[in-house]
Amino acid sequence: MLRIEGISKTFNAGTVDEKKALDRLSLHVRKGDFISIIGANGAGKSTLFNAIAGSFLVDEGAIFLDGKNVTRVQEHKRSKIIGRLFQDPMKGSAPGMSIEENLILAAGKGGWLSVASPKEKQAFRDQLALLGMGLEDRMKAPVGLLSGGQRQALTLMMATMAEPKLLLLDEHTAALDPGTAEKVLHLTEKIVREDHLTCLMITHNMQSALDLGNRTIMMDGGGIVFDTEGEERKKLTVQDLLNRFREASGKQLVNDRMLLST
Amino acid sequence: MSFADFLGLGQTALELALLNSLTVLALYLSYSMLNVCDLSTDGCYGFGAAVGAMVALAGQPLLSIPAAMLAGMLSGLVTAVLQTRMGVNSLLAGIVVNTGLYSVTIAVMEGSSLKNMNKTVTVFSMLKNALKDTPLQGMQTLVIGLVSAALVILFLSVFLRTRLGLAIRATGNNPDMVRSSSIDPRFTTTVGLVIANAFTALSGCLMAQSQKSVTVDIGSGMVTMALASLLIGGVFIRRGITRRALGAVLGAFIFRLVYTVALRFHLPAYMLKLVSSAIVVAAISIPYLTKAKGGKTAAGKG
Repeated sequence: MLRIEGISKTFNAGTVDEKKALDRLSLHVRKGDFISIIGANGAGKSTLFNAIAGSFLVDEGAIFLDGKNVTRVQEHKRSKIIGRLFQDPMKGSAPGMSIEENLILAAGKGGWLSVASPKEKQAFRDQLALLGMGLEDRMKAPVGLLSGGQRQALTLMMATMAEPKLLLLDEHTAALDPGTAEKVLHLTEKIVREDHLTCLMITHNMQSALDLGNRTIMMDGGGIVFDTEGEERKKLTVQDLLNRFREASGKQLVNDRMLLST
Repeated sequence: MSFADFLGLGQTALELALLNSLTVLALYLSYSMLNVCDLSTDGCYGFGAAVGAMVALAGQPLLSIPAAMLAGMLSGLVTAVLQTRMGVNSLLAGIVVNTGLYSVTIAVMEGSSLKNMNKTVTVFSMLKNALKDTPLQGMQTLVIGLVSAALVILFLSVFLRTRLGLAIRATGNNPDMVRSSSIDPRFTTTVGLVIANAFTALSGCLMAQSQKSVTVDIGSGMVTMALASLLIGGVFIRRGITRRALGAVLGAFIFRLVYTVALRFHLPAYMLKLVSSAIVVAAISIPYLTKAKGGKTAAGKG
């Protein structure tokens, strides 16, 4: 599904701020994999997502998506098969446009000059009702009026409605309050399961990294230091993960946010 | 001032407002929707006026309309390509095109900076003859202004609801979202600017024909005046795509009315541009300043 072969990316090359964000990283993601990604700040997790999505081109290595070499393909062309969510709930939807208009745009159906039919609008309403947030009764309301959690749930729906082959979640619940975060995570799991999506999820929450999905990878210094799945992963505890990280990198994988969220 | 005088002033204001409202509607698309401040507006207005005038002078008054619009689209395309494909900053792209259009406009007018259409058949003189001895006699400017503004509003209210229109609005509203969706913001910006400039050029073309002459600086200050009208309209009508387009025309009318009345009370004509500059500053700054004090801003975009 997604094959990454030895990609590297250096920012500010040749200056004092030079930072090797990705260092010959390779990863093979099978169809239907739901991988949680953990690692300290600056490990290269978001950079990996940017490389996959095409926000920049990598310095070396190759990226194959669904059998095609997309290493040099532009971001908006890749995003036809990639759905993406960011930590900031404001990033994924247009605040000045209504819920309905955001959904029409996200669905990506029909030609440029097509207008959504009443039937399609009803389908959006039905789908929104499944979120259980009452948004289906506010179709004409500007998205800017929604709460962070509502907006992230809407963005999740928007990112998955065009049936992407790959879903990238970059700490998409980190900016939400714990109750809402749980609800959105629950929703994420449901959508990924029902739509049989292949998904990569960055998280700072060790417990959800182990609870969600079928595989967990740990990143450090722009590479993958630990990759686990199956029976081995089932037996892992949060403490095991922390120990593993210390062994792999010689550092403590602890910061306040992680401690609080474990 | 007698009542008849007052009506006369009102009609003149309405006529000028309707013809210029096409430029306001162009900015409604480029500035309010796409969030691009298109500084090529002045030049494009004059370019459209010159192209339209030359085609009319050549004996093709009806053809002058599509010719001017096509000229505007070309100008919009250049502005768009400069900022989306050639790394020129969006404001600078407008300024550069605006400057270049000065030469182009004079070249179109065969090296002259002024063209007279006193004896030329224009769309206005054609309609004037057609309306003779009907209840609408003498109303040709009003009719053409109303019809063209209505058509542009109709177009915008349909277009901005299509997928392309929504994509253009999203490009102005949340570029982050558009970049990570499958829409190419360079494409939406280009389409938006091409369409907007077609309206600007049409506006210039009609204005030139209605006043039977065109000068190279006919569009001077248009961007500020149109922006002032747009912002005045936004004070009265804040929501709804079609309603805000109507608000843009209302804004153009109020702007003209205030100006016409001021002229009647002996404000010198040369003050118009200072007044429009002040209106733009006030309309943008007042929400900003009240927001800084903790108030809510009304500057809704999208």
